[in-house]
Parts: sequence; C-alpha cells; structure tokens
Amino acid sequence: MNEGVKYTGVPAQTELEAVPGTPSLERLEKGPVAFIECVQEIPCNPCEKACPFGAITIGESITNLPTLNEEKCTGCGVCMSACPGLAIFIIDLSYSKETGLVEFPYEYYPLPKIGDIVPCGNRSGKYLVEGKVLKVKNNKKMDHTATITVEIPKNYCLEVRTICRIKEGLKDV
Amino acid sequence: MRIVNHPILGKDTDSQWVTINVDGKILQAKKGEPIAAALLAAGIRKFRITAKEGNPRGIFCGIGRCTDCIMTVNGQPNIRTCITLVEEGMVIENQQGLGKWSDSK
Amino acid sequence: MKHRDAVIIGAGPAGLAAAVEIAKAGGQVTLLDENNKPGGQLFKQIHKFFGSSEHLAGTRGYNIGLQLLENTKALGVEVILDAPVHGIYHDRVVSFSHKGKEQSIDAQKIILATGASENTLAFPGSTLPGVMGAGAAQTMINVHQVLPGKKILMVGSGNVGLIVTYQLLQAGANVLALIEAAPQIGGYGVHAAKIRRAGVPILISHTIKEVWGNDEVEGALVTQIDKNWQPVPHTEKSFDIDTICIAVGLSPLTELAWLAGCRFTYIPRLGGHIPIHNSDMETTVPGIYVAGDITGVEEASSAMEEGRLAGIACAQALGLYDAKRALILKDQVWDRLNALRTGPFGEGRRQAKEELLNVL
Repeated sequence: MNEGVKYTGVPAQTELEAVPGTPSLERLEKGPVAFIECVQEIPCNPCEKACPFGAITIGESITNLPTLNEEKCTGCGVCMSACPGLAIFIIDLSYSKETGLVEFPYEYYPLPKIGDIVPCGNRSGKYLVEGKVLKVKNNKKMDHTATITVEIPKNYCLEVRTICRIKEGLKDV
Repeated sequence: MRIVNHPILGKDTDSQWVTINVDGKILQAKKGEPIAAALLAAGIRKFRITAKEGNPRGIFCGIGRCTDCIMTVNGQPNIRTCITLVEEGMVIENQQGLGKWSDSK
Repeated sequence: MKHRDAVIIGAGPAGLAAAVEIAKAGGQVTLLDENNKPGGQLFKQIHKFFGSSEHLAGTRGYNIGLQLLENTKALGVEVILDAPVHGIYHDRVVSFSHKGKEQSIDAQKIILATGASENTLAFPGSTLPGVMGAGAAQTMINVHQVLPGKKILMVGSGNVGLIVTYQLLQAGANVLALIEAAPQIGGYGVHAAKIRRAGVPILISHTIKEVWGNDEVEGALVTQIDKNWQPVPHTEKSFDIDTICIAVGLSPLTELAWLAGCRFTYIPRLGGHIPIHNSDMETTVPGIYVAGDITGVEEASSAMEEGRLAGIACAQALGLYDAKRALILKDQVWDRLNALRTGPFGEGRRQAKEELLNVL
C-alpha cells in the first residue's frame, strides 16, 4: 500500500520529518511548540501573518511550505485557528513527568468541557488513549475554529491529534 | 432533518415559518427556503415518477440545471423545486410522468 | 431601452468582483443573476479560504461574499435577481426575463461570469432519489441547514469531495467512506487529513459498482479497480447508506458564450469546451468578456481575481482608465493569479490556462 498524504490522507512520518514546519525533538522536550503538518506546496499563507512572534515564515511565494523558527515559537497557539487547513498543533512534552499536552483545532459540536475525559485519536481517527480536557478556547477572533487542549500520557503526544468522533467501528484502510 | 445547532453557523433561531401542503400532508416550511429543502427536512426524497419507466426521482444538482426535482406546484407541472421558494398555502404534488395542468390554471 | 456601460451575467465571486472593479473606475454596471440571491456558490463555502492573507485568505467564504455584496452596494452597482438571460444579440443587447416580463439592456461591454455545474456519474441505481451532487448537498446543509441524509458515501476526492465530506460531518451526518477511482487523492492533503482524523476512510482506486434501494438509496456496492480501471475480483465492499454524493468535477456553463458566437477550444484539464479569450479576458466577440469557472474550472479565489481582471480591462476599454493605470492594476491581479496557480496543484491549471491564451 502506498504511504503518504496523497494516498491515505494522512501525512507519513517521513513526510513530516522532511518539512520545515516540524520542530526538533530537543525543542519539543523544552516546552509548548507548534507542530505544522503542512507537507504540500499549496497557495496559502495566513499562518505567517498570524504568528505574533514572527516564528513562521512562508516568504514571497505563497506556495512555499511554512518554516518554523522553533526558538521564536512560544507555543501560544494563535496560528492554529488561522490555518485554513487545520494542520497546526501545539505539543508540550514538558507538562509533567508522565504526561504531556496536545492542543488541536476542533470545528465540531458538541465541544467538550474542561475536566471531561475524552477518547483521543490519531491522524486517522483511530482511538489511542483517554485524555483529560484542560482548555477549550473559542473566542471571536478564532471565528468558530475552537482549540482543545488534552492531557495524555507523554508517549502518545506525537500521535494524538483529535478527539475521536466515533470510538468504535473504525476500519483501518 | 433540520440542523438546529451548527459549529460554524450557530443556532437557527430567527426563522419564520409558512404552511405548505405536500400530497395532502400539511408541513411547516421555513420562509425563504426552496421547496426541495422543505421536503428533505421532512424526510421526503421522492419528488416524481418518470413518464416512460415509472422510476422515482429526487433532487440532484440543486441549482436549477438538471430538472430532476420537478414537481407539480399549485397545479402547474414541471416546477424546479430546488430554486422555487415556498409560499404560504402552497400545494405541492408528486409529479406523475409529464404532469398535468390543473383546470383552474 | 436602458443603456449601461457594462452588463455582467452571473453574480457569483467572478461577477461580483468584476462589478466592483468597473464601478470603482466610475462605470455604470448592471449585474444579472437567475437566482433569487446574489453570491453564486460563495455562501455555501463555510470554510476558511486558502490563498494570500493580503487577500482575505483565512476568512470564511460566506464572509467574503458578504464583503463583496457590501462593496457592490456601496458603489451603486445595480443588481437584478430572478433574471435569467436568454439572449445576447450582435449589437450587445442583453435580453432577460424578470417578474414575468421580457426586458433588454443595451450594454457597451458584457462580462459572462456564469460559473459551472456539477458532473454526473452513471452506474446502476444512479437515478435513485438519494444520489445527488456534492454541491447540492453542500447547499442544503450550509445554506438551508437541512441534512439530505444521515449515512453518506462520498464519490470523488477533489477539494469539493473532501470539503463537503468535512462539512457533512460538521452538520451531524455520518460519512461512511470517501471513494476515489484514481490511484491518488485529488485535492489538498490538509482537507483529506481533516476527514481522516474524523474517522472517515478514503479508498483510492475504488469505484461504485451499483446502488440499490426501493424508491430511495439503501445501499451501495463498491469495488477496487486496477490500473486499467477494471474491477479487481473479490474486492467488493457493501455500504449501508441512504445518500450518495457525487463530486466528480464540474463543467463550465457556456451556453451564453455559444449563443453570442464566441469561438471555443477544447481543454479537458479546464473542464471541456472553453471560450477562447485574450489576457484581458475578452473573447473572440469584441466587447464580450469572460471570468471565473466559465473560462475553466478552478476555485473561488481565482474566480474573483479573473473577475477583477475582466473588470479592469472593461474599464480601460470604456476609457475610464488610461493604458498606464490599467496596466499597473492588471499586473497586480496577474501576480496574484500566478501565485494561486503555482505548486503541485496549481501548475497544471497554469499550463492549461497558458495553452488557452495561446490559442489566439
């Protein structure tokens, strides 16, 4: 089976490692940082303007891939709801000894409430682990692209990207 | 089925309603919506029967091009329901074949 | 008969943008549309648009539509709705019916911005109620807030298929799978990734074999196909569904351009027969311009840019801009259009568009 976003809709590990929006493992371990899963050259650049710290660069040609300056990035998450592709996530591997945080955009109802225990899924929607909702942001500037922060065991932080919408009955293809 | 609460569009609160008659059944329809939307909201998807084979048809293109969704409306056949808006008291009938003009028209 | 500097047919993104440009230059514009609301297909686009942040990328489509409408209103553009055009005569008289009456406008310039319509797909059962265009489903959920079904199969993985799948999920429907006959996904990976995260399988190299149901869709049989597009034995899967959405491309709506006597060329990459035009968007009939999907199917952002281009060119031809000013404005639009037509998804369109311009 062919791997990669063109064949499965899920960016492959090799694709993510090759793009300039992926932070290094050292930076990930230091604290909250953006993880930009934008692996195709599409004409789009709102993330560049959205970042208040100038940590994302697209440049002159709007089909360039976003480049993350991981030193400038504070993990504030403003870019997440600005990205029309909903392809940016904030990962915090420094949260506690056992757990880390994943923050992701979520444009569905119902939104979870703080403290809820929710089923967390990977890039293909497959259930991995339960997580605790720590934050739900949905202010006017985000224009209905809410972001949700879940606390999960640290070893799942590079895999969890959503709340599972359907916990059972998923077929992997 | 109507979508009452939508993550982007919000709650549908300020709609006004009209009453329409569909094959003898009284339905509430949202003022300003096309007939086809009111019918789908009520779970009605079979809009007509074809002339030659007697096969059922419903809405396909939704922009007034394909004419699959035509029905008899207020006695007038071949009305494109996807672009014709509901009106209070409208009488809508499943169209049989090419349809017939009512005598009153 | 009423005289106008320009009559624009089609009040979608291209037509609205063209009207704004001509009116900004001081021209008197009438915008005609057969629908009862302006905006074309913009108001059902509830996702945030791609493109450049300098030009409303990151803004949801319907909000872009609202801004365009406000601009046309502020600039005094006359908009006549419920006005299907049925005639364009050699002296550029446009005839349309409105409120049960035939009316005509004598236009110095005409812009055709009539858009495109969805393609169909034939398979056993394809005429059953419950099989519908993905765009039609999108109108139902996002404009009328009505769900056309609860258990849906999407056919086609271009951006329309991917985006409508996502929006059906947002509206509360269950999309059981998206199938694509080609050996790879046609639209943007980020759109595909969104529906994968939501648990929707994407089956490439798969097509519909048959759909069944008593008066309405009740199920579908899907099969894998090989590189010669032939079914692979023993790969059939059945789906318990009530609705099938077809997203297999669009075709330009060109009737009025044929009627007006425009010369055409055939470019499959752009959706079929396309009216030949120059870099000012003027067709082979002097004074008749085209913009948006009628010149080859793309998306709303490039349709708006083409509308601006046609509008500026019309304003120049009407003497409202001198050549120098017009050139500066047109160059700005071309820069943005070329930016939208780069990268792996845009390059093919850009080449096809160049081929089209080179016909003349």
